[in-house]
Amino acid sequence: MTEIKATHELHQRRLSRNVGVALTLVFFIAVVFGLTVVKVTRGDSIQGFDHVVRPEMIPTEAAQ
Amino acid sequence: MTEVSVNAVSRDYEPTFGDYVALLKPRVMSLVVFTALAGLLVAPGGLHPFEGFTAILFIALGAGASGALNMWYDADIDAVMRRTAKRPVPSGRVEPGEALAIGVALSGISVVMLALATNLFAAGLLAFTIFFYAVIYTMWLKRWTPQNIVIGGAAGAFPPMIGWAAVTGGVSIESALMFALIFMWTPPHFWALALFMKSDYDDAGVPMLTVTHGRPATRRHILAYTVLLAPVGVWLALTPVGGPVTLIVAVALNAWFLKGAVDIWRRDEAAAEADNYKTEKAFFRFSLYYLFAHFGALMIDAALRTWGGL
Repeated sequence: MTEIKATHELHQRRLSRNVGVALTLVFFIAVVFGLTVVKVTRGDSIQGFDHVVRPEMIPTEAAQ
Repeated sequence: MTEVSVNAVSRDYEPTFGDYVALLKPRVMSLVVFTALAGLLVAPGGLHPFEGFTAILFIALGAGASGALNMWYDADIDAVMRRTAKRPVPSGRVEPGEALAIGVALSGISVVMLALATNLFAAGLLAFTIFFYAVIYTMWLKRWTPQNIVIGGAAGAFPPMIGWAAVTGGVSIESALMFALIFMWTPPHFWALALFMKSDYDDAGVPMLTVTHGRPATRRHILAYTVLLAPVGVWLALTPVGGPVTLIVAVALNAWFLKGAVDIWRRDEAAAEADNYKTEKAFFRFSLYYLFAHFGALMIDAALRTWGGL
């Protein structure tokens, strides 16, 4: 059975770097997610999930 | 080149997160953020605020990446110069290989993310800027010609153009003038620094104008470039992105800058050493405010057009 070991001194020395990298990655994920939400919700000429432009979806003068 | 004789730091030293941040030259990044933001805000049309934020973030990251590549390649001369000896690579806090890896990785991430956030043209311009700074300037021009600062200044001049391109997808006379403003500003800014950081560039063997052509020639060059710079600022103020605030700021700052350049030109080394390069130091400090004020004025005029009905 393995016994619980105290944190190695190396981990303490690297703590600030590891926390910094972790926070940077979380921030990057948030940016990519935010960008995705902005791009998708604005929608433009996309229909459903297949991202194919449908000419019939383009608003016409008569419809306006 | 990368055969670095770093100042000894204990092998047990673990680089901190701050050491990696220092690789990206945060102070240069702050100028990039500011000028790119100006280019983005004054451009006709608009981006979603989050797209704009992402664009600025990755333009700044691209600039940081090129800074890391510069620190990797220049570690040998950085170690000799007093001003740069404490940088992470020459001081031994970060391995040269790590700086290279970070520079390459962040370059790729920043270009791809800018393309996804805005458009391919802006991303291509960012990629070219990184290439220009890391390869054309750092690896080639800096150690080869006393015109290093002049041509290398283009790398620092691209950010407002990239910001503009992020919105419009192209270039225009206005974005070219914003480029020209930084391009023409860079030589007097750095040559003033070279005049009072006296032995640094000599020691490192970098062919600065002060080393190759002497100090009187450097003083003449500062004046010549400042004279050429002045009309660029005023012309920019007269384009559609300018306005009353930009015009007032451009006229006032350029008059002041010209006076400083004339003062530098009229001095000789004996006078400069007598007051410890007071005029040169003041000119260098003022040159930083010059750029911030110019781009700040452009943003104020853009805000006035949007909300002030001008």
